[in-house]
Amino acid sequence: MSAVLGIVTIVLVTAGAVLFLAGTLGLLRFPDTLSRLHAISKADNLGLGLIVLGLLPQAASVTGGLKLICVWLLAQLSAATASQLLGRAVYRGRREP
Amino acid sequence: MTLLLDLALVAWLLALAVHVVVQRGERSAIIAFLAFGLLLGLAWVRLAAPDVALTEIAIGGGGTGILLLRAEAVLRGRGKEEEPMTRAGKLAVAVGCAAISAGLGLAVLSFASPAPTLAPAAAEALGATGLGNPVTAVLLAYRALDTLLEKIVVLLALIGVWSLAPDGVWDGAPEVKPAIVPGPLTYLARILPPFGIVIGVYMFWVGADAPGGTFQAGTVLAAMWLLVMMAGLKPPPDTSRPLLVLALTGGPALFLAIAFLGSIFAEGFLAYPEGLAKPLIVAIEAALTLSVAAALAMLVAGPARKAPAR
Repeated sequence: MSAVLGIVTIVLVTAGAVLFLAGTLGLLRFPDTLSRLHAISKADNLGLGLIVLGLLPQAASVTGGLKLICVWLLAQLSAATASQLLGRAVYRGRREP
Repeated sequence: MTLLLDLALVAWLLALAVHVVVQRGERSAIIAFLAFGLLLGLAWVRLAAPDVALTEIAIGGGGTGILLLRAEAVLRGRGKEEEPMTRAGKLAVAVGCAAISAGLGLAVLSFASPAPTLAPAAAEALGATGLGNPVTAVLLAYRALDTLLEKIVVLLALIGVWSLAPDGVWDGAPEVKPAIVPGPLTYLARILPPFGIVIGVYMFWVGADAPGGTFQAGTVLAAMWLLVMMAGLKPPPDTSRPLLVLALTGGPALFLAIAFLGSIFAEGFLAYPEGLAKPLIVAIEAALTLSVAAALAMLVAGPARKAPAR
């Protein structure tokens, strides 16, 4: 059982790490702010989500697992707000140069 | 494997530190400094010092970062006509910084190995305090005087900031709300504070037995209050408002009162009566958390900009 859980953790965390790598690559390579935001939000949401999901089987207790999920939800909330604010600033900057 | 991680961490830290120094734009340098604080927090985690890591991320990264960013926003566009620093001036600063760095490096390298430690003594006396976290025991029992002075320094800094207010708006409220509040910010300021307050109180409460404590909890609470003020949901209070002054001074005042009572009811100044140590420490921490939160939020909010409401 624990071997299966270990494999689940390894697969999911690796997938999350790959997403973070792809997001970082996009952040560095994409030409403008909006597409960079698009790249990094994938890493933030899905990448962190996969890592949290992968770590859940390793959580020592139910409350520990809940804390992990809370971390993901809070990161989602703050990332979404920051993206909206950045996108808004770009949009306003374009309209009123 | 962990050695690889540690080496990468050290390389990142050095690269970021150099980047902060050579960066020309102030704002980019401050943002890099924020990232540096986060990475330094990770380094403290690797050194098995989660208490320091939390404080570094909260105060060293987040708190200082937002203070610098706000200062930069105020100064931007001003002082352009000032003469740039002369070559000799730059050289003097560089030599001074290099000398201090070299001195610190030498001091660290000349430590005895293994370093002398009081950790066993700290752990041994832990039972007498009733606490589970030796770091909290050091901060509030063994070396309580340092902590007391530390909290008073924060208040002194706040007095320094407040005294920048012009006469006309003395006693008035600071201004943190931008001219146009973006919708997503208002949304965040409505959703996040309930969670933030729970997390802040948890960090303070768990500090007695696990990593956490007044500064970390106070920073989280201050951030929540600032968020509400920045979104314009609640205006910043007048700096002379009695409730604010009570929140600011309550922590250090209670700390001092208990310290002096210690010389009557216990063995001396800052000593706790036997058996009562833990409840007293938790009470002091509760009041200090509120004081730190209020002081940090007001530090970021800056000096008064609006005439007091009378």
